[in-house]
Amino acid sequence: MLEARGVSFKYPGAKRLLYEGFDLAVGTDERVALTAPSGFGKTTLCRMLAGYERPQAGNVLVDGEPLPRRGTCPVQLILQHPEKAVDPRMRMRDTLAEAGEVPQRLLDDLGIQKRWLGRFPHELSGGELQRFCIARALAAHPRYLVADEISTMLDAVTQAQIWRFLVSETQACGIGVVFVSHSPALTERIATRVVDLARTE
Amino acid sequence: MGEASKTNPLSAIPVGHATIKHEDMQAHHHHTHAPVSRHEHGHHVLQVEDLSVGFRMYEEDVPYFRAKQRETEVIDRLNISVHVGEIVAVVGASGSGKTLVADAVLGLFEPNATVHGRIWFDGELQDADSLQKLRGHGISLVPQSVNSLDPLMKVGRQVEGFAHPDESHAVRRRRREKLFARYGLSEAVAGMYPFELSGGMARRVLVCCALMDDPRVIVADEPTPGLDLELAVRALGDLRTFADEGGGVLLITHDIELALQVADRVAVFENGTVVEETAVANFASPDLLEHPFSRALWHALPEHDFQTGGGSPC
Repeated sequence: MLEARGVSFKYPGAKRLLYEGFDLAVGTDERVALTAPSGFGKTTLCRMLAGYERPQAGNVLVDGEPLPRRGTCPVQLILQHPEKAVDPRMRMRDTLAEAGEVPQRLLDDLGIQKRWLGRFPHELSGGELQRFCIARALAAHPRYLVADEISTMLDAVTQAQIWRFLVSETQACGIGVVFVSHSPALTERIATRVVDLARTE
Repeated sequence: MGEASKTNPLSAIPVGHATIKHEDMQAHHHHTHAPVSRHEHGHHVLQVEDLSVGFRMYEEDVPYFRAKQRETEVIDRLNISVHVGEIVAVVGASGSGKTLVADAVLGLFEPNATVHGRIWFDGELQDADSLQKLRGHGISLVPQSVNSLDPLMKVGRQVEGFAHPDESHAVRRRRREKLFARYGLSEAVAGMYPFELSGGMARRVLVCCALMDDPRVIVADEPTPGLDLELAVRALGDLRTFADEGGGVLLITHDIELALQVADRVAVFENGTVVEETAVANFASPDLLEHPFSRALWHALPEHDFQTGGGSPC
C-alpha cells in the first residue's frame, strides 16, 4: 500500500498551504487517476509521492515504511516534460544506465530503436524521449509508478501502445499506478479509481 | 532556404484561384479547402512547397572511429498551406518531424540541418534571412517545450518582450495584463520565475507570448498539454477567434479530439510528409479517411477503440 498520511505541504515563501492533512492510499492492484484544475498541485503531489519533495507534516509510506532516503526509491516518477528529466549532455545510453541494467525486452516493448541510444536528448522527439523515461522508471523495479501526464506528447497510436503496455506490465509485475491525465476518455480507459483532488479538500 | 528559387510566387497559383468556389472542398494544387478558406489578394497567407529537411549526422550503428558522416532525410517534399481565416491542424506520429516544420517556417535551423524548399508568406517568397525577420513580426510561434522560457527572467517581463522599440513598455504591459487575465493568470504570476509555474501555467504563458505580437500567422506546436479541458478549449477558442479575424493558424497537436473541434482542415503527417489532407468532417468516421495511417489514428483514440494495430511501428 502506497499511502499519503495527513500530508501538508507548501512551497518555501508561499503564503498558502497547497495540501493540508491530505490522505491517499493506493494498492498495488490499482490504477488511480488524479484530477484537478491546472495549477492545483497535481504535479507537487506526484513529486511528494515519489520522494522528490518532503511534506512539512505527515508522511508518505510504502507498506507502512517511510520512503527510503537513500538508494532506489520504490515509487518511481515519470515526469510531465521528458526534456527536463534527462541530462542534456548525456547520451541516451547513459541516461538509461542510471537505472542499472535495462532488459532488451523492455526496450523492444517500448519501441526504443537501437540507433537512438547513441544520441543526445535534443536529437530525439518529445515522444521518443518519453519512452526512455518510462524504460528508466520501470528498470528500477518500482513497487509503484507515478505517471504525471506522460502521454500528452505522444500521437494517438503511440499513446495507445504505451498505455496498453504499461497496463499489462504493471498488472503482471504487481505495480500500483498513480497517474494524471487531462483526457477524460483516457482516464476512463485506464483508471480503476478516480480521485478528484479539488473535492477532497 | 537552401534552394534559391526564381519562381515568381504568383505563378504557382493558377489563374482564377481566388474565384474558385471553396465550398465544394475540391482539391487543387496539393490541397483541399474548407468553406472558410479565403485567398486574400489571390494567395495563401502561408504556403510551404517541397520542403525537405535533412541532418548531417554520423552513422549511428558503426563503431565510433569508423563512423562516417551522412545525410539523414527527415522531411521529404512536404506541401502544406494555410489560408486566411482557417486553422490547419497537423496530426501524426510522434517523431515524424512535425516540430521541424514549425522550426522551418520560423527560420529556426539546427547547425547541421540542410533545408530545401519554398516558403511563401503573404504571397512573397521567403529566404532564411527574411523568415528570421518575420519572427514575431508576422509569424509567431507557440513553442512545444516549456524550456523555451528564460529561467532567469520573470515571466511578465518575458511576455512583454524587448524587441519592440515602436511601442511603449506601458502599452505592452497593459496588453500583457489583459492576456493574463483572460487565461486566469494572476498578476502575482507575472512576478514569478518559470520554475515556480505549474506545467499548465507555463503553457498559458507561452500562448500569451504568441498572442502579444499581432501576428498574421500563428504556428502553435502542441499548445494544450498540461491544460485542463476548460483551459485547453479556451486556448483553442482564441486561436479560432484569431483565425476568424483574418489570421492563419498552423496547429500541431496530438489531441485529435480537441483539434477537430476548432480546425477547418486536418493534415495527417507520417514519416516526414503529409499523407492525407482532409476536411475535419471526414474524421467523423474511419471510412471517410483515405490513408491507412489516418484510420489507425482514429482507431487508436481512447474514445474509440484504443487500438494499436495497423499503425506505423512506434
